[in-house]
This record gives sequence, C-alpha cells and structure tokens, in this order.
Amino acid sequence: MGTILTIQGMTRFFGGLAAVMDLSFKVESGEILSLIGPNGAGKTTVFNLITGTLLPTQGKVLFQDHEITGSRPHETTSFGIARTFQTTSLFYDETVIDNLIVSYRCRTRMGLWDALFQTGRSRKDERRCRQKAEEILEFIGLQERAWELARNIPQESQKRLALGLALATEPKLMLLDEPTGGLTEEENVSMMALIQKVRASGITVLLIEHKMKIVMNISDRIVVLNYGQKIAEGLPQEVGRNSAVIEAYLGVGYGEN
Amino acid sequence: MSRIGRQWLILTILVIVVIIPQVVTNKYYMNILIMSGIWSIVALSLNLILGYTGQVNLAHGAFFGIGAYASALLMLKLKMGFWLALPFAAVIAGFFGFLIGLPALRTRGSYFAIGTLCFNIIVTLIVDRWEGLTEGARGLMGIPGPSPIPLPWGGEITFNTMAAQYYLVLCFLLLTIFVLRRIMQSLVGRTFRAIRGNEELAEAMGIHAMRTKILSFTVSCFFAGIGGVLYASYIGFLSPEITDYHVSFDSLIYIMIGGVGTIVGPIIGTLLIVTIPETLHIAAEFRLLLYGLILIVMIIYLPRGIVGWAKVLMSRKRKQEVSWEQS
Repeated sequence: MGTILTIQGMTRFFGGLAAVMDLSFKVESGEILSLIGPNGAGKTTVFNLITGTLLPTQGKVLFQDHEITGSRPHETTSFGIARTFQTTSLFYDETVIDNLIVSYRCRTRMGLWDALFQTGRSRKDERRCRQKAEEILEFIGLQERAWELARNIPQESQKRLALGLALATEPKLMLLDEPTGGLTEEENVSMMALIQKVRASGITVLLIEHKMKIVMNISDRIVVLNYGQKIAEGLPQEVGRNSAVIEAYLGVGYGEN
Repeated sequence: MSRIGRQWLILTILVIVVIIPQVVTNKYYMNILIMSGIWSIVALSLNLILGYTGQVNLAHGAFFGIGAYASALLMLKLKMGFWLALPFAAVIAGFFGFLIGLPALRTRGSYFAIGTLCFNIIVTLIVDRWEGLTEGARGLMGIPGPSPIPLPWGGEITFNTMAAQYYLVLCFLLLTIFVLRRIMQSLVGRTFRAIRGNEELAEAMGIHAMRTKILSFTVSCFFAGIGGVLYASYIGFLSPEITDYHVSFDSLIYIMIGGVGTIVGPIIGTLLIVTIPETLHIAAEFRLLLYGLILIVMIIYLPRGIVGWAKVLMSRKRKQEVSWEQS
C-alpha cells in the first residue's frame, strides 16, 4: 500500500518551549495509527502542523510523496487531508444537511457568475453537494436529524456530524482529535464502529485518543509522545509493555510495586 | 408561511409599491420614500458582509461616498453620461473595497471593525481636504440627474418627475434584492455563512476564507457604490459629510432593527427609521437620542431584529401546529 504521510524531523517552538521536538513517523495507507501521550504532550500541535494551521520551526511533512510543509489549511484539505477538532466544531446555526453541503463545497468549482445566472454548472454543483450530503448522512446514520439545527442535536450526534463534515471533503487521510471525548461507554462502541467503517471505506486514519481501551482495540499501530518527543512506536501490545510509556503515564517505579 | 402564500404576499407588496406614486402626490412623502429606497440598497449591501459573512464593516459610509463622489466627478469633470458613470462608479467603489479588504480582512472580529472605522475617517478627511478634486467643504454642486433613455419605438423615458426617480430607485432596489438572493441561495452564499459560523472550521473544510471574505466585501461595496450614485444624482449636491461614519452607523442601525442576515430585515429597518422620525417631525437631536434608546431595547430584547423575531414566532407556531396534529 505504501506510505501516505511522512513527518520528518518536525520541531515547533512556542517561545522558548519546544511543543514538538524532532518528531519523525510515518502513516501507512489504510491503517489506523493512534497518537497518544499525556496531556500537553503535543498531539494536537502535531495535527495543526500537518494541516498547516501552524508552521513548523523545522522539519517536513510529505503527503503521498509530495512535500506540503507550509501549505495553508484549506490547501491541505484540498490535497485530501481532513481533520476534526478536539472541541466539537460545527456550523451550529445551520441544519445538519446544510453543514454537510457546505463541506463538499471545496470539491466544486462554481463561482459568483454561476450563482448570478444560475448556469448549468451551478445547478450541477448544487446537485452534487446535495447527493454527497445525503450519502454522508446515511454513512454516519443521521438521516432522521437532517433538518434539525446542529446545535439542537445530542452530543453524540454532533460528534458523528463533525466526523461527517471531514468525510464530506473526500479525504484520503483523516485526522481525528479525540472523537470520543465526553461520550458514554456505549457511545464509545458505536463511535469506534464508525471509525472502523471509515477505514473500511479506504480512508487512512490518524487518531488522537485518551481512552486506552479504545486505542488498544482499534489501532493498527501506536505512536507515543511525551513532552513533544516520540518515546515509543509500535503495535498496541508492544507499546503497552514499553517501560518508557508506562513511566510517562504512571510515573517512575509504578511497575516495581 | 406556505410557498404559495409567500408568493402572493410578495406579489401584493410589489403591486402596492408600483402603485404608490400614482396615489401619493405629496412631494414630501415621495422624497422620504425615494430616500428610504436608496438607504435600503445601502443597508442591504452592508448586510451581505456584516449579516451573512459576519464581518463587522464600519466603513460602509466611505464606500457609499466613494460611489457618490466617483459618479459626480465622472459626470462633472469628464462629462460622462449618468448611465456610463453609474457602473463605473460602482466598480470603483467595489475596487476600493477589494483594496481595503486585502489588509483589513486579515484581521478578525473587533479588529476588523476598528480598522474599517479608521479607513472611513481617512476617506472623509481626504474628501474634505483634497479641494482640487472634490471642492472640499464647499461641496460638489449641479450633479446631473439620469439622462433620458430613448425608446426604440420613439419617445424617451425621462427622470424629471419624483415618480420617475422613485421608479428608478425601485428598479435598483429590486436588482439588489435579486442579486443578493441569488448569491445567498447558492453555494457561494453558503460559504459566506460558513465563514460567519466558524472561520477556522470553514478553512478546515477547504474553503479559502480570505478569498471568500474579499468576494463578499467587494460585492457589498459595489452595491454601496450604486446607492451612492443614486443619491448623488437625486440630490444633485455632495459634501464630505456624506462619506462619513455616521452613514456607516445609520446603515448598521437599519440592519440591527430590521434583522441581521435577512433580505427583508434591512428594508423594514430602513423604512421604519427613515419614515417614522420624519413623519413625526422629531428634531434631529432627539432623533439621535431615540436611535440610541431603540437600539438598546432591540439588542436586549430582540437581538435578531424585527424579522428575526417574526421568524422565531412563525417557527414556534408551526411547531405547535405539528404537535396538535400528532396528539
């Protein structure tokens, strides 16, 4: 399958503080790779560096063998990298279906003149957006809530919708920032199923997650960060036994008691 | 409201609006209606960038003034006809919007508001001081009205009467409404709303935020320019005050009262605020006091304006009807 994303020697300083330090890892096509680490380890910063929300102080990002370091967020999305945010970000004053329609906008080309004269292209693009939105609604299982305002639907549905928005941009790689944050035990299970469904549809997933049960279950591989540096990488079982990881999470000497 | 009911309502309003000059012959009232029409165009255009795209632009008076002065200068100094000066002046206003947007739209929220307010003050200063071009505080006089349009079967449409001026403004008001509706109902309008909703998320969804905001701002200033041209040729006189930030705040008040982010709202707001103080013969100082009071009450009790409030009422009623049918 090959490598879809390569991070090379990435460093980002905030003032004198290194949020990410000389980080390198690869994401293979079709896998679910989890990025874990204690609070403040720099996981979300890594997402921001990949999508271009932040510029790296040093280092490179390669997507499908092309360097994309320094691209703006809307560009990385058009290349095929979609993301969700840690705090569920939606267009809250719009309906669920309108949220999805505008998210497919980046794959359409109609402009102001097409809108003014309602050209064939504008009708075609609007139809494509609607079709895409309906397709995603079914995929995330929110058909019944299509016409409700995003702010009025339950939290779990909002989380699904946030994932749906990312899906609607037709990504090849999806960055999910704590998709299960604040969800209950049963909701976790259905969200996990949804993420696996995303992967099964051919999209590679890079996941930030705190809940170890989910991480151990769903990940093909895991990268562990602490203080902005990679302290371990490997299969879930390997990482779970790694002493450096246990130390970072639980403190020195935990295993000895 | 059902779709057919809505269409009938629009048709009825159109008929009334067309008949008015045949019934109202009082020049004073006609003047108020014409001015309301011009200010409605300005308020509607401001609503595009402010209401739909969420960028609080406080320089709308400047773009209105640029359109007005551009058309007046084109007609007076270059002897251009009204019908050529109109699109030229609107494009000039739009172009200034584009130029100012490039740096100003990089800032967000209140920074953008302050930046545009500063730009407005600069424009007024330049218009006031550049006497060689604008005649400064003496103002530009004798701005010609619209030249007659010859008809293919002989005769011509002239704009000498109040009624003709009224229909002229009405045509441009309808054009503005038509264009704004087309934009807002399209994918382009959806991207404007996405920027208002959450700019960071919009960018993550692949929307070029800067380009989208510039587009909205340019179109908005273009129509402000049209409003300016109509004003200049209707009044026939321009002075620097017409470019100043009072105009920006007036149009902001019209939108706030009528309803931010709606098509009907700015028109209703303009009609109310322009007509009521005029017909009640309230002195100018009290008018400002009244504006302030109304604005405070509106922001506290009806933050979405009259139209926004009506929409909420209607959707509530609809919900009640649905729950009746279900029970």
